[in-house]
Amino acid sequence: MIGLVLRRLGQGVPTLLAVVALSFFLMRLAPGGPFDLERPLSPAAMENLRKVYGLDRPLIAQFGSYLAALARGDLGPSFSFRDMSVAGLIARGLPVSATLGALALVVACVFGIGLGCIAALRRDGWIDRAIGLGAALTLSLPSFVVAPLLQIAFGLTLRWLPLSGWEEGDPRHLILPVVTLALPQVGALARLTRASLGEVLRTQPVRTMRAFGLPPALVTRHALRGALLPVVAYLGPLAAALLTGSVVVETIFGLPGIGRYFVEGAVNRDYTLVMGVVLLVAVLVIVLNLAADLACAWLDPRLRAGT
Amino acid sequence: MIRRLARARSVVVSLVVLGLLALACLLGPAFTGHEPDRFYPDLRQLSAGLTAQPDDAHLKPALQRIAFRMRARVAASEREGDRLRLTLAADQPIDRRSLVYLPRSDLFGPPSVVAEEEDGRRLVLDVPIRHLRFLLGTDVHGRDLLTRSLVAGRVSLAVGLTATLVALLIGVGYGAAAGYAGGAVDAAMMRAVDALYALPFVFFVILLLVFFRASLVLMLLAIAAVEWLDMARIVRAQTLSLRERDFVRAARALGRSAGGIVLRHIVPNTLGPVAVAATLLVPRVILLESFLSFLGLGVQEPQTSWGVLIAEGARAIEAAPHMLAAPAFFLIATLVSLNLLGDGLADALDPRAA
Repeated sequence: MIGLVLRRLGQGVPTLLAVVALSFFLMRLAPGGPFDLERPLSPAAMENLRKVYGLDRPLIAQFGSYLAALARGDLGPSFSFRDMSVAGLIARGLPVSATLGALALVVACVFGIGLGCIAALRRDGWIDRAIGLGAALTLSLPSFVVAPLLQIAFGLTLRWLPLSGWEEGDPRHLILPVVTLALPQVGALARLTRASLGEVLRTQPVRTMRAFGLPPALVTRHALRGALLPVVAYLGPLAAALLTGSVVVETIFGLPGIGRYFVEGAVNRDYTLVMGVVLLVAVLVIVLNLAADLACAWLDPRLRAGT
Repeated sequence: MIRRLARARSVVVSLVVLGLLALACLLGPAFTGHEPDRFYPDLRQLSAGLTAQPDDAHLKPALQRIAFRMRARVAASEREGDRLRLTLAADQPIDRRSLVYLPRSDLFGPPSVVAEEEDGRRLVLDVPIRHLRFLLGTDVHGRDLLTRSLVAGRVSLAVGLTATLVALLIGVGYGAAAGYAGGAVDAAMMRAVDALYALPFVFFVILLLVFFRASLVLMLLAIAAVEWLDMARIVRAQTLSLRERDFVRAARALGRSAGGIVLRHIVPNTLGPVAVAATLLVPRVILLESFLSFLGLGVQEPQTSWGVLIAEGARAIEAAPHMLAAPAFFLIATLVSLNLLGDGLADALDPRAA
């Protein structure tokens, strides 16, 4: 098991290197720089700034020193937020994004898996049809349509919840973003659970259990354990996507998470900030996929034996 | 039996809806009576409805504005059906040439002078009122939303189909090559796909579009570059089982080249699952396109797409909620039908569902 973890983390290193190299050269080869203002700076001032941030050296040398700093765990200074380091900015944005993502993940799991189970157990009944249609609908509702609608309904008309913004320690600011972020995933998880559980319920062992007269609740519990495998495998990339913050949701609701830092950083040509966020996302994708695989192995004895 | 019919029904219904939507987007803008980029400055943010414009609420301010430009005041105005009896008054004699301001405003036809009083300082005019209908209302600049939504649909649908086609070609080619080559080549090619899966692609697409100026072609390429991975996996799995089949062996024994076998025998046999995956890919691509356009990174003015219109609607949501509703309706209808169509096809092709 430990061998598996180490091997997978080892495989992640080249991926991370590719991410760093790709985003580094992509940004540097693009026109424009971090110090392009509405009113251009004098050439001398520009030259000084470039020297201070090391932008005057050859590209390969810059890449080398960025990697060297990265190896020491230093993400560098931010170009657009004066006197802030990229690590500091991420430390400020990540808790917001992570809280939002974790809550959305919990909501999506509870409702998605729950509704999926109901649909699978009531196969082809009206409840199943309704859940199927609802799932198809939530999957087709873009978050940038849902968010303004929720803002109108609960923010403007009913005035129950704040429209947007963020205050430390006020959970009401999170309700609408969490719902927006979780909604399509509820549909996705419901469909996945329904298909998977429906398949398991038709297998020989389950029919045998039924034939022996085991109580339905017990049969369902046994079936569910096997049926959750593909769901858990899907949760890995899903968690990474939710935890790193949906760019749209953070933008619409004005939440200071890392998704917004990323967009602002890209627009301001803040090289180091963009690299830091991309790197963080890539690390989270790798780690959470690994966690999902380990959870699968724990659920499925066949896979455990294989490692 | 009933279940199969129900499934077939969802396929038929979504096909009909999609066909109608595509037809409306292609031909509709010619029949709405408005150019997509024609501004009606006097008719901004009208809500959706069947009433002919201008209605009384919009008539008064428009008249005041025009009279001001003619250096005159509205002394009296009375609406009789689709004609207006308008009396203008001024301190100086009114210049007849300034009457062209009336037909220029889009709301009125050319006026005729009924009477002239007080040495030309009072004019009684008979002005025909034009009939304009905006079924889905107008946007912040007074452009017809129905026409704009339909024209935007052309772009969104075209992007969806083109990017899917490109992703399809890359994915099928890559997957078939990996699967048919087998062994170490296959392993290396699929490891590369695994590595690509771990890349935060949406972030790269945003980077690409921010740094290299958003353009339609770049967006198409970026979306296609993200979405071919699933297709490659599906085709590769199919190819692995197909290449050991007798008809492929026979072709090999007859001396056909590897490329010929892949094109002639392998690819056509993978088309079933590929068709399902492609159908489900189109809505994802359209969603990604409108997401990028919503952020201002996709389709740029003067071109428009559903994502652009939804972004405009979201900005004006307090004053004019219909501006969000119209494009959102078209987008969601398209996505739901495509998803249902894909599910229906998958069910129909599933050998286990009998």
